[in-house]
Amino acid sequence: MNLTLKIWRQPSVDKKGKFETYQINDISADCSFLEMLDQLNEKLINDSNGPVDFTKCPVSFDHDCREGICGMCGLYINGRPHGPDSGITTCQLHMRKFKDGDTIVVEPWRSKAFPIIRDLVVDRGALDKIIQAGGYVSVNTGGIPDANSIPISKRNSDLAMDAASCIGCGACVASCANASAMLFVSAKVSQLALLPQGKIEAKERVQSMVKEMDSLGFGNCSNTYGCEAECPKEISKSNIARLNREFIGAKVCYENEVTRAAGGA
Amino acid sequence: MNNKILEFSSISKKVFMALAGLFLIVFLLVHLTINLFLLLGDGGKLFTASAHFMSTNPVIKIFEVFLFGGFILHIIIGILLTLKNWASRPVGYNQSNKSKTAFFSKYMIWTGLIVFTFLAIHMMNFYFVKLGLVQPPDGVGKHEFYQMTILLFSNKVYSSIYIVLLIILGFHLNHAFKAAFQTLGLNHNKYNCTIGFLGTAYSIIVAGGFIIIPIYFMFFF
Ligand code: FES
Repeated sequence: MNLTLKIWRQPSVDKKGKFETYQINDISADCSFLEMLDQLNEKLINDSNGPVDFTKCPVSFDHDCREGICGMCGLYINGRPHGPDSGITTCQLHMRKFKDGDTIVVEPWRSKAFPIIRDLVVDRGALDKIIQAGGYVSVNTGGIPDANSIPISKRNSDLAMDAASCIGCGACVASCANASAMLFVSAKVSQLALLPQGKIEAKERVQSMVKEMDSLGFGNCSNTYGCEAECPKEISKSNIARLNREFIGAKVCYENEVTRAAGGA
Repeated sequence: MNNKILEFSSISKKVFMALAGLFLIVFLLVHLTINLFLLLGDGGKLFTASAHFMSTNPVIKIFEVFLFGGFILHIIIGILLTLKNWASRPVGYNQSNKSKTAFFSKYMIWTGLIVFTFLAIHMMNFYFVKLGLVQPPDGVGKHEFYQMTILLFSNKVYSSIYIVLLIILGFHLNHAFKAAFQTLGLNHNKYNCTIGFLGTAYSIIVAGGFIIIPIYFMFFF
């Protein structure tokens, strides 16, 4: 198929960007979206002779595993994060989802918290900062406990696994009308809050992760649910309700500092 | 920002917003019930009696303070949250978002502001008249709410605007009702369906109920 591509080009974070139109022909319906971009880049390299304008340089886009597990490859394609399909990442998107003669508009994730590094590549480090604020279990050294010594219900282990399938691609932020990271944070809080090992620090974790999220410039959730619709791992918005529950519980019932009045020494 | 309120976390703000909203939702039902007395055809006796009760009963007076507090809290937090949301995406997308979303949720600030404008007009027409801050229409006493209502609703332009604004309020409530439960963490397979149904039913009943009244006065009175 022959396609017209409108791609956001921006040389670096502090330079102005613009859309550039490219024509690309003979694309197989069986190739993936990223392979199509590879072909475009190859064409740009072959066509260039000598120093060229940055719009004639290969298009920068993030990718790593190309099988939907690393979460690097987020692109906003024709008004939808990860393009016109559900439950997949951009690298899993196939060109058969488009028609011959289509115009495809490709944009980077747009959020104050995700500065553009170049073209379609954004810095999703803000998500890592949220994890650093508490998205872990502090493991102290010692012997390996027996696998069956901590009983976990099937229900909770399933829910925790579902939440843990979040790959941190940032599509929830990209699709949210408010650029909110609530689905991401809720998945990371839930996967630990549901398990006995995570429960111990749950009250502090939820508070510090939400605090970090707020400070990084993400918006507030307005229950629009674009996040759930676009999540490649189909993480449920019920996790957001759990995050709210956990947070309210921690704020209302938990004493962050144990004072004498609270029974501390 | 030294202001503690502005330092509240996003979730705390939303929780207060939801609680205030739920309180307003209950208030609207009470208001609607009293307004529906207008349709009884008893010359406004029951309506006037209820209006008198609502403006003199000391318990209701206390609730009135909470009601104003609720409105102010709901509006201020709503504006604060929206400003932060707008700032969170300084550069927008070229292609408008095509993700499947809860439609009215994206326009809550606008439906909210329209409802607020209506609220201001409404206060001028009734509440401030009662307080003596605004002159009642000629020949009508400042506590004669029945007369004021009939006068207003016999004006076709006012009634039409009223109907449109209440439809917009209905849209606002439709999302608000369900969203409040999610914000408070009340999301459960067992009752999600019920909440969804109740939210839709509530918004239709409240908007529809208020709308019947001007229609009655315009065409059947
Ligand atoms: S490249 Fe790893 S998820 Fe797409």
